[in-house]
Amino acid sequence: MSKKIFVTGIGIICAIGNNVQETLSSLVGSRWGIGEITLLNTILKGVVPIAEVKLSTTELLDLSGNSGRKDLTRTTLLGMIAASEAMASAGIQEIGKYRTGFISATTVGGMDRSENFYKEFLANPSKGKLIDVINHDCGDSTERIARHIGITDFVTTVSTACSSSVNALIFGSNLIKTGQLDRVIVGGTDSATRFTLNGFNTLMILDKTGCHPFDENRAGLTLGEGAAYLVLESEEIVLKEEKSVLAEVSGYGNANDAYHQTASSPDGTGAWMAMSKALEMSRLSLSEIDYINVHGTGTQNNDLSEGIAIERLFGDRVPRFSSTKAFTGHTLGASGAIEAVISILSIVNNMIFPNLNFRTQMKELKIKPVTELLTNIPVKRVLSNSFGFGGNNSAVVFSKPDDNSAPTEHNGLTPELLI
Amino acid sequence: MNEKHTPVYINGIGIVSPQKPLRAEGLLTEPVSYHASQLRCPDPGYKEYIPAELIRRMGRIIRMGVTASKICLKDAMIRYSPEHENPINPQAIITGTGLGCIEDTEKFLTSMIKNNEEFLTPTSFIQSTHNTVAGQIALLLKCHSYNFTYVQRGNSFESALIDAITQMKTGEFGNVLVGGFDELTQHSFAIMNRMGFWKRKPIDNLQLLNDHQRGTVAGEGAAFMFLEKQKHSGSYACLRGVEIFHKPASNNDLRHRLNKFLARHDLTEKEIGFTLLGFSGDTATDHFYHELIKSFPENSGFGYFKHLCGEYHTASSFASGLAALIMKSQSIPEIVRLQSAEKNSAPEYILIYNHFRGANHSFTLLSRP
Repeated sequence: MSKKIFVTGIGIICAIGNNVQETLSSLVGSRWGIGEITLLNTILKGVVPIAEVKLSTTELLDLSGNSGRKDLTRTTLLGMIAASEAMASAGIQEIGKYRTGFISATTVGGMDRSENFYKEFLANPSKGKLIDVINHDCGDSTERIARHIGITDFVTTVSTACSSSVNALIFGSNLIKTGQLDRVIVGGTDSATRFTLNGFNTLMILDKTGCHPFDENRAGLTLGEGAAYLVLESEEIVLKEEKSVLAEVSGYGNANDAYHQTASSPDGTGAWMAMSKALEMSRLSLSEIDYINVHGTGTQNNDLSEGIAIERLFGDRVPRFSSTKAFTGHTLGASGAIEAVISILSIVNNMIFPNLNFRTQMKELKIKPVTELLTNIPVKRVLSNSFGFGGNNSAVVFSKPDDNSAPTEHNGLTPELLI
Repeated sequence: MNEKHTPVYINGIGIVSPQKPLRAEGLLTEPVSYHASQLRCPDPGYKEYIPAELIRRMGRIIRMGVTASKICLKDAMIRYSPEHENPINPQAIITGTGLGCIEDTEKFLTSMIKNNEEFLTPTSFIQSTHNTVAGQIALLLKCHSYNFTYVQRGNSFESALIDAITQMKTGEFGNVLVGGFDELTQHSFAIMNRMGFWKRKPIDNLQLLNDHQRGTVAGEGAAFMFLEKQKHSGSYACLRGVEIFHKPASNNDLRHRLNKFLARHDLTEKEIGFTLLGFSGDTATDHFYHELIKSFPENSGFGYFKHLCGEYHTASSFASGLAALIMKSQSIPEIVRLQSAEKNSAPEYILIYNHFRGANHSFTLLSRP
């Protein structure tokens, strides 16, 4: 089991950018993606903010090369755009050359259209357009994205609430390690829906002013939407094709908090276990972690539980950390992959992106997040956390590739081109 | 990866289905018949497995899933003396579901629409996520282990099996609690009916293959298996391997895939004594099964199962449990047999070939423990 797994391509679309370059530019410029609801037809418009992808569904159809089609959900379109960018970024041309899988994560699937269908269906069970509901299940978006990027060998979907896309990465990595696949595109996609917005609203965990992760006066999360994918390839392919590598997947861990259906345990047991397992697999010592991209939703419960777990694991030597959810919002099933892409951008550019909206130190914690952009500091190893309902907690460690392995140069992923 | 040499044993089974409780002894000697378009699971005695105050709050699929998992773990404990006090704490809980907690999803959606997004309560939202069942099982067992839920239509349960086998073979886990489940609701039935999934007129489920209407009969259920590396006297079967694939390009492609799958286990078609096929009675998609049958020598045995559980995304979890029970009971129940040929002797290998509406296909291979 000594096989290494490398990230050779990334793709993203979220509230702060329609691709990697735009996202990086917003991260460097501290431009957050949270604002008033413009696309979603909801009575919560003007009441709570959201982190929308600033393109209408028609514009997403055009951007993904599907102009005029009527059978695609917003979740699917976001996924197609990010997955295509990841494939291009990894320079994959001939798919059939290696056994290639696609493992996607989503929590709402085609809910953005089921909502419309149900309105008419509830009034009259023979009404409602079936084209608005055939895409409801989570597997539908995955199959359509897989077809869009030409993958047929192995296709599946993970849905473990807000930890989903890190779990997609875990399963994909295991399939490469055991030689069942040579490469796999992993990640997740979720569009903003009234269903999720209202769901979090009933739990009273939506911050009316936009999320303030790890702040004493945080008042909840901000719903976001988006998609991100990573191309994972085996060491064999990387060596044979002399591929450039963005990062290595050094370790990952999955654990269940087993405390409550939605709340995290006060001592952060599940979070602590997921991080510990990821570090153990990576064989890195605690001091070798340069940065943690925390789950940091901005809810009272998550940030306290996660903060306690981090202090428990790292003691007095907690690495620099930040939540990037004030940039992107909480993108649910996509969040793990979106933050994986951000973590990799940290490694590639030796930067740490700030935890926006932080003002006041949490009284229960000794630690506080990075609040300004840090540049020119070595970021060799990053831990990224993703936690969800159902007690599903996962963590992953990315490392800068060894000096003696493949080159790290990758076109278009450095911000110099933008500034 | 060498798929041949690291055995994975099925050491516990728990099934909630439209049938009476399934046991190796007297397996399906009294199949339940319905005259219906949908087969639903009667209450298997939830109170025996879940505290009463929790049952009330749980959606049906959570009750069914949790109960099937408890039956399965209890079954896996049989080998221990009754005094054995430490319950099994699985090293992984891996589940698959096509539509997840669709009843709670519909409930929240309905009240959101009917009340124009006002006066909503969170309970059904909280329970609507696809990982609720796996999360509840972990919560009730206080189990902090690896916890995963797959949602890939007709390949959801198979994805869970592939993950389980993969990590047992790498040595990551010594045991895994793996399960599949889906529930039927009146809304989901009605919507899928409009899509042409189901037969328009009610049928006698045990005559499923003699009905010539388009579509199939709707079903639901939850089935769990406890997988372990160790074999013991109570082991049902050995789980050899699973493969998923999307709609085969041609009949040749299908037969080629079967051939390759068996070859990876050093087997050929003639060594497969019995094949359990996912015949659903839908003339539009049953041809795949007829094609596969052509791959086998004439004296091979075949069976089917969807007349017992109905069609749903994770019906293959019922099939896996059934196949393991057949292996243990050393005989094939009359009601399962497709051809009434001699096939009374227990086969060395059982293959399951299933697809969901012609799109998501899978092979699952079991052998004698």
